[in-house]
Amino acid sequence: MLTPEEWDALRLSARVALWATLVCIPFGTFVGWLLARRDFRGKFLIEVFVQLPMVLPPVVPGFALLLLLGARGPIGRWLEATFGIVLAFTWKGAVIASSVMAFPLLVQPVRVAFRMIDARLEQAATTLGATPWNAFLTVSLPLALPGVLAGAALCFSRSLGEFGATMAFVGNIPGETRTLPLAIYSFMHVPNGDAAAMRLATLSIALAVLALAVSHWLNRRAERRLGYLDHHTPRA
Amino acid sequence: MPNGGSVTSITTPRVLSFDLEFRRGEFLLRAAATIEAGATGICGHSGCGKTTLLALIAGLLRPNAGALKFRDETLVDASRHVFVPAWLRHFALVFQDGQLFPHLSVKDNLVYGYRRRSSEKRRFDLAQVLDLLEIRPLVNRRPAQLSGGERQRVALGRALLYSPRLLLLDEPLASLDERLKQQILPFLKRVKEETGIPMIYVSHTRSEVDFLADRTLQMQEGRLIA
Repeated sequence: MLTPEEWDALRLSARVALWATLVCIPFGTFVGWLLARRDFRGKFLIEVFVQLPMVLPPVVPGFALLLLLGARGPIGRWLEATFGIVLAFTWKGAVIASSVMAFPLLVQPVRVAFRMIDARLEQAATTLGATPWNAFLTVSLPLALPGVLAGAALCFSRSLGEFGATMAFVGNIPGETRTLPLAIYSFMHVPNGDAAAMRLATLSIALAVLALAVSHWLNRRAERRLGYLDHHTPRA
Repeated sequence: MPNGGSVTSITTPRVLSFDLEFRRGEFLLRAAATIEAGATGICGHSGCGKTTLLALIAGLLRPNAGALKFRDETLVDASRHVFVPAWLRHFALVFQDGQLFPHLSVKDNLVYGYRRRSSEKRRFDLAQVLDLLEIRPLVNRRPAQLSGGERQRVALGRALLYSPRLLLLDEPLASLDERLKQQILPFLKRVKEETGIPMIYVSHTRSEVDFLADRTLQMQEGRLIA
């Protein structure tokens, strides 16, 4: 049904989105917790910085990534010299571009989830011998899990659809950085490419629906496991 | 109960001594007292600082000045920047609304602190506490499936299984109606008499405090009055 070229785009998209989600989950969980639970100087700046990619034209973060992490950028040069890692114009760079763009979508539900948990539950845990880190792992994190899963699914979907920042930072190289949206865009600009573009567009819709359905299912499962569906009694 | 019931209550009379100052905005708490073995009641109107004082004793809040000692062990000395955090104090705190972990079964709630206490310090096992508080039929339930009175008994059991050196009770009956209060109070008395764990019991209801406590301190506008 799909040509090898189209399969390449699909596989690459799945790989990039999966890695971007894996990169975002630990950072997003930490930042979401931080924003929900701590008050500190400069919190507003972090909030703005986290949400900025959502409101900027995607090409701007992409351009910024290129300046910082590109072959001539300060961090890019350092990464290559120290670890031999090249991000610009590689699929790893596409992962970074997707991560930056999808990060706010993960942080938001995580933050809401942490905010809904009574902070005194963590206090109760520490008065029972749990260190703050242990209390976080055994109390707050399991309770926030539905939010983390919902955020992860959104992050994955957003990564599948990432276009502008990817194009600006890593270009449109078949088999390396040409993900589904970039492949659709490319097919739209070649003669007789409409059928291929249509197939991939349909596929994109199907994947997005699937990801959202999985998120919904995970969310319900987590909620049931945590006992939220058993009761709606307000706590005194 | 093991260890001979109330034998511990006749050892060192001075259990806890503190002289603490805590400021937050307009609110100023200045409290000094020596707490002896047995049950000490702290009584006062809401907003007088009772809960803040317990949080300071438990190590959930850091005082601006002052010191706190448990027996001969200094837990807080602000002038020397000594502050032993809550998880190393081995005091258990029972909150007004129980604060059971909603994602864990009653049994997993009960053993949460037990698992975090070294085995040689444990004084009770699960079976003893289940019998003492008559909560055996509840072990497989979730906190959401408990009534208010059951929830408070489980919260008390969870605190006991931690084998605390000091048991702090912050209005543990406040969210219960009169009938339930009358049901739980005997359990609290039983805990006091059978375990010998020193207790600080905070409430705005004088009758509760009188029923349980061996002595009572009055708190007023952030100050303790004997």
